[in-house]
Parts: sequence; C-alpha cells; structure tokens
Amino acid sequence: MAAVTRSFRSRLGRRDRETGSENAGAETAAATPEVAEVDIAPNDPLLGYFQGASGAVDIESLDLDSAALRELKAAGVKLAVPLVSQGELIGVLNLGPRLSEQDYSSDDRKLLDNLAAQAAPALRVGQLVREQEAEAATRQRFEQELEVARLIQQNFLPKELPDLPGWQVAALYRPAREVGGDFYDVIPLPDGRVGFVVGDVTDKGVPAALVMSATRSVLRASAQRLIEPGEVLERVNEHLCPDMPEKMFVTCLYGVLDPESGHLRFANAGHDLPYVKTTTGVVELRARGMPLGLMPGMHYEEKEAVLAPGDSVLLHSDGVVEAHDPDRDMFGFPRLKETVADAPGGQELIDRVLSDLEAFTGPDTEQEDDITMVTLERSGGGSPVPTGNGSVLADFELASEPGGEREAIARLERAVAGVGLGEARLERLKTAVAEATMNAMEHGSEYRADRPVSIRVLHSADRLRVRVTDRGGAGEPSPAEEPDLEAKLEGRQKPRGWGLFLIEKMVDETRVTSSEGEHTLELAVRLEGGDDGDS
Amino acid sequence: MATRELEVAVRVRDRAAVIDLRGDLNASAETALRDAYVEASSGGTDSVVLNFAGADYINSSGIALIVGLLAQARTHGVEVSACGLSDHYREIFEITRLSDFMTIVDNEDGAVTGAEGRKDA
Repeated sequence: MAAVTRSFRSRLGRRDRETGSENAGAETAAATPEVAEVDIAPNDPLLGYFQGASGAVDIESLDLDSAALRELKAAGVKLAVPLVSQGELIGVLNLGPRLSEQDYSSDDRKLLDNLAAQAAPALRVGQLVREQEAEAATRQRFEQELEVARLIQQNFLPKELPDLPGWQVAALYRPAREVGGDFYDVIPLPDGRVGFVVGDVTDKGVPAALVMSATRSVLRASAQRLIEPGEVLERVNEHLCPDMPEKMFVTCLYGVLDPESGHLRFANAGHDLPYVKTTTGVVELRARGMPLGLMPGMHYEEKEAVLAPGDSVLLHSDGVVEAHDPDRDMFGFPRLKETVADAPGGQELIDRVLSDLEAFTGPDTEQEDDITMVTLERSGGGSPVPTGNGSVLADFELASEPGGEREAIARLERAVAGVGLGEARLERLKTAVAEATMNAMEHGSEYRADRPVSIRVLHSADRLRVRVTDRGGAGEPSPAEEPDLEAKLEGRQKPRGWGLFLIEKMVDETRVTSSEGEHTLELAVRLEGGDDGDS
Repeated sequence: MATRELEVAVRVRDRAAVIDLRGDLNASAETALRDAYVEASSGGTDSVVLNFAGADYINSSGIALIVGLLAQARTHGVEVSACGLSDHYREIFEITRLSDFMTIVDNEDGAVTGAEGRKDA
C-alpha cells in the first residue's frame, strides 16, 4: 500500500539512435545510458490501472487522463508490463517499439507476462533487502551514538566511592535503556564532609540523560560553594528553571554527611524518601521541597539525622517502588521498607533489594524505569554493635496531659533498674526523658487525648536508648535558642526555653527522626565497658 | 508517680526570709511561688532563701520560674540563695549558670548566717 501512495517512479529505456540498440526494462536498464525516468504521481489514474491490469498494457491505445501516460507516450513507450507482487505494484517494465519495427505479437506478450510474473517477486525481495540494509545502517549509527552517550553518562557517575573510615558506601545505577534520567553523585566537601545525591529526571532515554547531565554539573558546582543542602537545592533550582523543557523536572535528595559525628543534614526536592535503619526500626527521612526546574524561588526544608554505629541509610529512585508484577501491582514503599528492615546495610542491602525486586516482577521482565540506589552504613565502632537485636526494656504509651512526664520517668526508673546505671547518670537520664516527654506532649501532641506519646526503652551492649515519639506531624519544636541566663535575667530572653538545652546536657547522644505524622527524639546514654548490664 | 502540687511556706529567720518548697517545681507552681516571693520580700528582708529540701522534682518550667524570681529579686536588690538541693539539681543549677547568680549552700543555716555565702561548705 505504501508504494502506491508514494510517488511512483518508472524507469524508461530509450532507444539509442547511434547504435540502434534498445533497452527495455526497469531495473536492468541501470547499466545503459540515457535512461529517462517517469514519475507517476500517487493520484495518477495510471497507477490504479497498472495495479489492476492482468498483463502487458498497450500504451499507445490506452486512453486515460494521465500526465504519466502522456509522458510515457512522448518517450516512445509502446508496451508497459506492470510488475505486481502480492497485490502491490512494485515496478513497470517499459518497452519501446520492437527492433523489427513490427508490433508485439501475442507470443511476445505471453513471454513478457511470464517474465513479469517471475521477476516481480524477485524484484520485491531485492527491494526488501535493500530497505533493510538501509535501516540497519541507520540503526547502527544510532546505536553507536547511544553507546557514546552511555559512556559519557557513565563518566558522570562517580568512578569510585569514597573510602570513609567507619563507613561503608555502596551504589547501584541501572538505567532502563542505554542512557537514563537517574543519577547519583558523591561529592567530597571541605572539612571531610561528603555530599550524597540521588536524582531522577522525568522521562527516560536521551532527553532525560541530557537534563540529568546539566543537573549534575550545576549541583556539583553549587555543593562546593554552599554546603548547606537546602541552599544547594535552591541554587540548582534557580539555574535549571529558565532552561528546563516543558513537562520535565528533576527530583533530587541531597544530604551532607559528617563522617566523624554521623550527622546527616539533608534537603529533598520531591524525591522518594530515604530509609534509615536503626537498632529500633526503619524510618523515613522527611524534608519538604518541590522538584527542581518547575518554579523559581523555591525553598527547601533542611533536616538532620544522626546515624549511630550500626545504622544504615538507603537512598533510592522510584524505579524500585514503581516496578510492577505481572498483575500490574506495584512493588511499593512497604515492601521496600520491609527489605530494608530485614537486610543488613551496604552492598548486601542493594543486592537484597534487587533480588526481592526480581522475585516480584518475575524473571526476564523488561526493566520499566531507571533504578538507582546508594547505601551508607556506619560500622559499629570498637565494640560490635548489635543491629536490631537490642532488648526492649519497656514500651508504653502515655496520655498527653500536663504533668504526664512524671509517669514516664517513674516507668523508666523501673525499666532500667537492672541495667546498673549509676545514681547520677540515672538522674540525668530521668531529667532528659522528662523534658523530652514534656516537649512531645505539649508541642508535638498538643496535650490532645487522641495523640498519646509512646516511649520505648532499649538496651544494647553499649547503649541505653530511650525513644520518645509524639503524633504531632507538623508540630515539631523549633530549634531552641541557646538559653543565656544573663539575657533572661535582664529580660532580653524569655525565662523559659531550657528543655532542649537540658536534654542535650543530660545524655550522650540525641537524635531526631520524623516520619508520617510522627516525630521521635531518641536519647542515648553510653554504658561504660559494654558489659555494664545484663545483655 | 503522680505530680505533687507545690506547697510553699514562708518563714522569717533573722533578716532573711526562708521559702520552703515541697512537691513538684513545675509550670503549675507559678502562682504559689510568685505569692511566696511577694510575701517573703514584703517584710523588708534583704535576702531570700529558697529551701529545696522538700522539692524532689524540678523541670525546665520550674527552672524558668526560678529565673523569673531571680530577675525580680535583682531589681529589688534582694539577694537570693538556695539550699537543700540534691547533687543532681545542684548540677543542673551549675549547667544553667543559676549558681552564678545565687548562692548555693548545703543547708538552711549556712544560707541564713552566711552573708559571705560559701558555695561549698
């Protein structure tokens, strides 16, 4: 059908006056000089006539309102033999007058019809082979270009992951096509800090890869100058907005790790939330922010988490959770969270996610979207830190009401009676837990009956931890102004505001984690020697 | 352990007023403590002694109340000292630097007689 609607080109053999020789035929005429070509327009009635003809067509006696026919007559064509293969007109054999100057006999016509019947399929095969060769050449050129693009993109990914003492860093990048829109990066910063990036450009393939490379470059440059993750994302957004193609944007998680202290400051531009696995469970790292490249003037919330020895983090792109099984169910966040909870951290975690994913989607299924994962795992420093198997000494909920913290410390005292914490350390922990509980009940749960505060007391080989969780969601206490007694006495600061200050002073470690509608403050006290208890 | 509302009693010894604190020093103690201070400072005393011997729980709201009391005393030129603090709360008074602005002694006698206010008796 395609050939019929296309302009049809018919080659004409022309009588050579010098030699008197005549060449007749379409493709065979290529070797001889003076080959005129007659184009048959797609709407020319001659095309339909040829297609429906049962054999050789007498041109001179044909009467059609056809430009091509007039041209053929003018060129001296006497007989045209349509070459039809599987109902499709693929060529015409044009013949001038016989050399004997007699008319074509019926035997001649039979011979030509037989010839056409055999030539047409052969010609069709020849045409197909030639078309395929041309397509293959084009495809090969594209493939070569894609391969070059893939190599360039590979070069944008970190060639090696940083060797951070006390940390294991692992990464995986698996584009769905040759090139992808996902990326990750590890950026060394001043003071030994390290920036970690996982990003995802909408769409896949070459357009996404181009936007990805631009984002990655701007991010690298901004990270060196600005450090603070929120500011970095703001800057990148400003750079990307003017040039971003319509309907494209970039989601991106950027975190800055201080390997010494385990502090991870992070900001999030609409990217899937990372998971943190601690001894007590898996939580998401939440921070608000719009994807990059959508709108200028965006601000990115900054949060901080502290990773204790044994904790691990998984940064991931949506190619993991949005993978489907044969019934079109999504892998989803709960499954990923479960895998994070079950698996150790580091490379093992990546391997586990991949194998769980493959088991879910079924073998040999085509990967739908780019998949990227980066894991950070803090190794247990000195004494081995049990991951996830510290014993729970107490786990209870308290109604949020003024004075509710007194019950919390009474139960804490009973729970840790066997731990062997000295008198002074116990008193400090009680004060810290009382303050944390007060904060949670007042600011987080707003003293509401439907928002109890839950408290877990955990005991591992080297630490006693108390986790105080409120159901406040947005009601997180703002970072306290460092209380200055002199200023308070002179009325320049309010008398209040000692809670967080006391907590910090009373315990060895504090850490804040937030997830859907929950806010947890974990207080930890180091146990000397590690055998200071009954574990 | 339930909360124990703060009970306050004011006594005058020599030229000092002693405020005995019993119970929990928390946000709900505000009125009691303010009334006690007014009573203690009205008799022309030039020093107020806070006796914490019966106060077994002080939280950050209680600290804020003490800060408020201290600020008021400073404007009145009244000296404030504290006695009867447990080791733990003495540490908290040091961490918060309250001990820089009030004399801390072990017992009431030291607070009343000690104009020199030795910190560590």
